[in-house]
Amino acid sequence: MQRIKFIARKELYHILRDPRSLMIVFAMPVMMTFLYGYAINMDIEHVTLAVVDQDKTADSRDLVSRFYNSGYFDRPAVAPDLSDIEQLFRSGRAAAVLIVRPGFGSALTRHEKFDLGLVIDGADASLGAAVQAYTTALVNQYQIDKLPIGTHPPGVFISRQVLYNPDLKSSHFFVPGLLGVILMTISALLTSITIAREKETGTLEQLLTTPVTAREILIGKLLPYVVIAFLDGALIVTFATLMFDVPFVGSHLLLVLFGFIYVATALSLGILISSVTKTQQVAMMLAQTTTLLPAVMLSGFIFAIRNMPVPLQAISYIVPARYFVRIIRGIMLKGASIEVLAAQAAALVGLMVLFMFLAARKFSTRIG
Amino acid sequence: MSYLVLDGLSKSYGKVPALRDFSLTVEKGDIFALVGPDGAGKTTALRIVCQLIVADAGRVFLDGHNLAERFDALKSILGYMPQTFSLYQDLSVEENLIFFGGMYGVTGEAYRARRDYLYGFSNLGPFADRRAGALSGGMKQKLALSCALMHDPHLLILDEPTTGVDPLSRRQFWEILLHFRSQGTTIVVSTPYMDEVARADHAAFMFGGRRLSVGTPSDLAAQFDGQVLFLDLEPSSTLIDKLNTIDGLSARRFGSAMHLYIAKDQSPARFAGPLASLGIDTTLIRPASPSLEDRFIQLMETGA
Repeated sequence: MQRIKFIARKELYHILRDPRSLMIVFAMPVMMTFLYGYAINMDIEHVTLAVVDQDKTADSRDLVSRFYNSGYFDRPAVAPDLSDIEQLFRSGRAAAVLIVRPGFGSALTRHEKFDLGLVIDGADASLGAAVQAYTTALVNQYQIDKLPIGTHPPGVFISRQVLYNPDLKSSHFFVPGLLGVILMTISALLTSITIAREKETGTLEQLLTTPVTAREILIGKLLPYVVIAFLDGALIVTFATLMFDVPFVGSHLLLVLFGFIYVATALSLGILISSVTKTQQVAMMLAQTTTLLPAVMLSGFIFAIRNMPVPLQAISYIVPARYFVRIIRGIMLKGASIEVLAAQAAALVGLMVLFMFLAARKFSTRIG
Repeated sequence: MSYLVLDGLSKSYGKVPALRDFSLTVEKGDIFALVGPDGAGKTTALRIVCQLIVADAGRVFLDGHNLAERFDALKSILGYMPQTFSLYQDLSVEENLIFFGGMYGVTGEAYRARRDYLYGFSNLGPFADRRAGALSGGMKQKLALSCALMHDPHLLILDEPTTGVDPLSRRQFWEILLHFRSQGTTIVVSTPYMDEVARADHAAFMFGGRRLSVGTPSDLAAQFDGQVLFLDLEPSSTLIDKLNTIDGLSARRFGSAMHLYIAKDQSPARFAGPLASLGIDTTLIRPASPSLEDRFIQLMETGA
């Protein structure tokens, strides 16, 4: 037991004194959150918006000019043929079409309800969602400005129609899952090199002749990284909620608890990789390929697991991210309780035990 | 039974044999030297003793126990220093000592006492906070030795501890070894240096994975088959080539002079004529006792 403490402390020194490790630990997750989050939560500046103004009143022209002056929308380069919107989207000459039917101006002056038409190219789901949100905001602001102060807006509604992808997913939906993917990748990467490094530098040769056992080495190496990966998790959750304005309706404490379990599982996978590889480079490559792709594809982060072919569904059961994506979404978006998520957490604990067990079995006390 | 017994060890890497039917007995309290050039099988033999590699054949006994079967129990009386520097370069001198002490359960007051005792030999005390990676070669080796000695092992295995270390540090290193030998520690050390062999109690010559000869250093040298003449003349390869043309005589560089070898039953006087004809002043020649190196080279040439 005491030897585990010595191994853990030594491992902590390595991390704190190795600039490369520190880079991985703190810069990379933030960078990944930023890049992936930004890519998914696409800014909608300069979206090409075509307008069909059938009302042709001063009010309708005012509304349209507000759209183009907002900075979010651009006029199409050439006057588009609005008779075939699908063709317009396919050719990429516009990403959305706003339709102002006759009667908009009079409805506004009479404080009547009115429906604006908005057709969105849903091929890019996150863009579509953003266009919708911005359009709503612009129209609401327009009404507030137009009507006397204190008047209740009669409600100009936007009837949207989304082509290709009727179920627009909010980018908020992606960010919590993204955190699961990043934590997985980073954590596995961190521990994947720890034993491989000792093999490469020859320090393992010395260590193996001491009375320390394989299990003590593995657990001792795991412990400091649990703390570090956990801090990392806290860092990127904070960063992501600030940057991407993701809701956090559930219990922070619960996320802390499950976050601990999740990073420990991911780190165990890294330990397993480290115990079967001989060089740091191979270990890092293996950690990347066994974590990033499965975490992205098989976790439900983007693609629903229930729609996958059965063999892939089966594989997804050993992908830790599968369980955590559900946990973190449940907590951040739905405020799920511990009872709801206990099964997911139990699966993670099971995987962690499996990974550590395999690592201890595969860890060779021989060299060469 | 002897303290450490290596019994018929063999090991191949693919088709390349590294160790062939290698046997050895080491008595308790001895310094035993394994001598041979690179590739002789020294490291393989020592790693098998430390259970870092598994022999294809053969067994190792320590104090009467089969080492492979009882290794977990025997680890605590074994200290090992690998050939390549195997401490943590990003840890300080003291942190390395603390760590390896911790691995052997030497902690707290026992640790501090042991550390101070070892600093007394290594003189590393003033460098306690320096990173191991920033130490000189000789200091690194003394630190590695200190780590291997943290738990006061009964058997110390050292794989070429002084290779690439300056002569002064080598001498200091051996003084430390002789001290621990006097305390009863059994030491097995491999080395490519013949001058170090002379300080060992027993030594084995190794070449090509085989044991060529074994004995005390003086016995090993005395096993030389023939007579050695010392020629006090600056050696050159052309001169050595000329000397080797003389029938029944061979010559080799020996420091800044040369050694001439003739058969045991030959009279040195017989070669006075041929030597003089090469223009060599025969008064520069005198009988010499064979060195370990003389014997080792002879074994390599005849035995391999």
